[in-house]
Amino acid sequence: MTRAYAHEAAEPRLAAGLLKGRLKYLISAACVAMSTVMLLPLVASVLASLKSTQEAAAVPPTYFPHALSLDSYERLWNYQAGLPTYFSNSFGAALLTILFCLVLTVPAGYGLAKFRIAGKEVLFVFLLLGLIVPYQALLTPLFFLFVQLNLHNSLVGLAIIHTAIQLPFSIYVMRNAFEAVPRELEEAAIMDGCNSFQVLTQICLPAVVPAMITVSLFAFITSWNELLAALVIMNKDSSFTLPLILAAARQQTSIGGTDWGMLQAGITISIIPCMAFYLLLQKYYMAGFLNGAVK
Amino acid sequence: MHTGTSRYVGLLYIAPALAFVLVFTAYPLAQMVWMSLHNWSLIAAKKYVGAGNFIKAWNDPQFWTSLEFTLKYTALITPILMILGYLIALLTVENRPLRQFTRGVVFAPVVIGLGASSLLWYWLFSYDFGLINRILMDVGLIAKPVVWFGADADLSMWAVIVSIVWKVVGFGTILFVAAIHAVPSDIGEAAMVDGASYWQRVRLITLPLTAKTILLVTLVSVIGSLLAFDQFYIMTAGQPRNMTATSVFLIYLNSFPYLKLGYGAALSLILAGIILVCTMLQMLLSRRSHA
Repeated sequence: MTRAYAHEAAEPRLAAGLLKGRLKYLISAACVAMSTVMLLPLVASVLASLKSTQEAAAVPPTYFPHALSLDSYERLWNYQAGLPTYFSNSFGAALLTILFCLVLTVPAGYGLAKFRIAGKEVLFVFLLLGLIVPYQALLTPLFFLFVQLNLHNSLVGLAIIHTAIQLPFSIYVMRNAFEAVPRELEEAAIMDGCNSFQVLTQICLPAVVPAMITVSLFAFITSWNELLAALVIMNKDSSFTLPLILAAARQQTSIGGTDWGMLQAGITISIIPCMAFYLLLQKYYMAGFLNGAVK
Repeated sequence: MHTGTSRYVGLLYIAPALAFVLVFTAYPLAQMVWMSLHNWSLIAAKKYVGAGNFIKAWNDPQFWTSLEFTLKYTALITPILMILGYLIALLTVENRPLRQFTRGVVFAPVVIGLGASSLLWYWLFSYDFGLINRILMDVGLIAKPVVWFGADADLSMWAVIVSIVWKVVGFGTILFVAAIHAVPSDIGEAAMVDGASYWQRVRLITLPLTAKTILLVTLVSVIGSLLAFDQFYIMTAGQPRNMTATSVFLIYLNSFPYLKLGYGAALSLILAGIILVCTMLQMLLSRRSHA
């Protein structure tokens, strides 16, 4: 670099230094403003869920509850078949989805990563079929199939659809995880006389636990939040999941019009598990998100 | 690689997943094609109608209304999501506590359900009970409450767009931040020494070097918007006069409340074809990233 050049560069840098102090405050202010705007709807919803029955139905609405009350939660608890039923339906479907995803994709990831299989890449693309054909488009034939198999109105049926949604992502994550397990470990185990199943359970499985957590976390969030498939195959009130009963409660409630307080209580309740698992397992979430979200 | 073992052992491990995809994705796909060629309902006998269902779609004004509305929604929301997502990424890209916190907050709505967030915004935008009318009136921007949903299709769509931007803008932001972090810092430093301004560096260095991520996120967002359902089902219920019923909404209406399964299947097939084009582009792009 010539001297003249360096001299020229010094001035803008000086200016940048002077600007930097003020800019730092501006950026900080923008960050605070952004966070506030993003958090406000959630805070407003939680606050509204704590209003008394009367206040929740006030026109115009109040910004802050005048008095805290759990009335809305009580009404939600007893709404139709009762919150415990809907909560356990949602939880049941989510747990089954996790189970199905793991049972199917742990062996599949192992097989794809560690074995020579004729036409492997073709089979891999076939396994990712769900990426190519959106499940929203498959619900009509799936509904028909489930009526024949008696899987409609059943949590197993719903979990099967949720598994089908999550399968491509899960297989992708598990295959990558098994591919990262060093070959030396397995070779040593094979020398010791382990068969391939023992290699899977004793050598590889402990190494892919983080990927299994990622797969489970995404399966949970998908299943817990999914609305359309549940709407299609669950048509008995007692088999509704949380998103379904909340969508229904938007229109018809015991107090005539929409019970806004109860709706906010429902939204709060349905957000909590997602947020909790996400915050607790953020590391695993981001790993899956950054590697699989757009691939 | 278990070279010693039989090549069928590996097949055994992927067999359950293969069987699952065969029964619950491939078979329904084949059946969808079959159904689309028939007049099919749960009660009446099915009748072969050939391309009848597709001709019916072509002549169905609601099919075009839905497709047009879905495309319009996609065309409007995608640039907003990309530009806003990228600006927030630029704002919060440095790993300092406040910026990382902001990133976390912006991302938080991504993990909550679309159903829950739609109900939340349905309430915020409500005519009588919503906080948005209350705030706008308190600030003096409007004199009387606005009917956001159900009266005017465009107004309804914009209200939905606001809610979805809140819900998913963090999706792009996080991926953009990761992409910007992957840009070698010495390129930016060299440009700074050369006197390039901040926006020049963004335009000439950061944007081109993160172009592939931008394209991929755009495609994911386009696919997501073309498949929009929950937000319209909950917030507008397709109103006014089914003008905000998206393509997936129309499939749902025909297949389930109306039980015209054959016609629903034909509509599904058309939509799947449109999505296929986007997915192929996405796969092509992400494959090149591995090479």
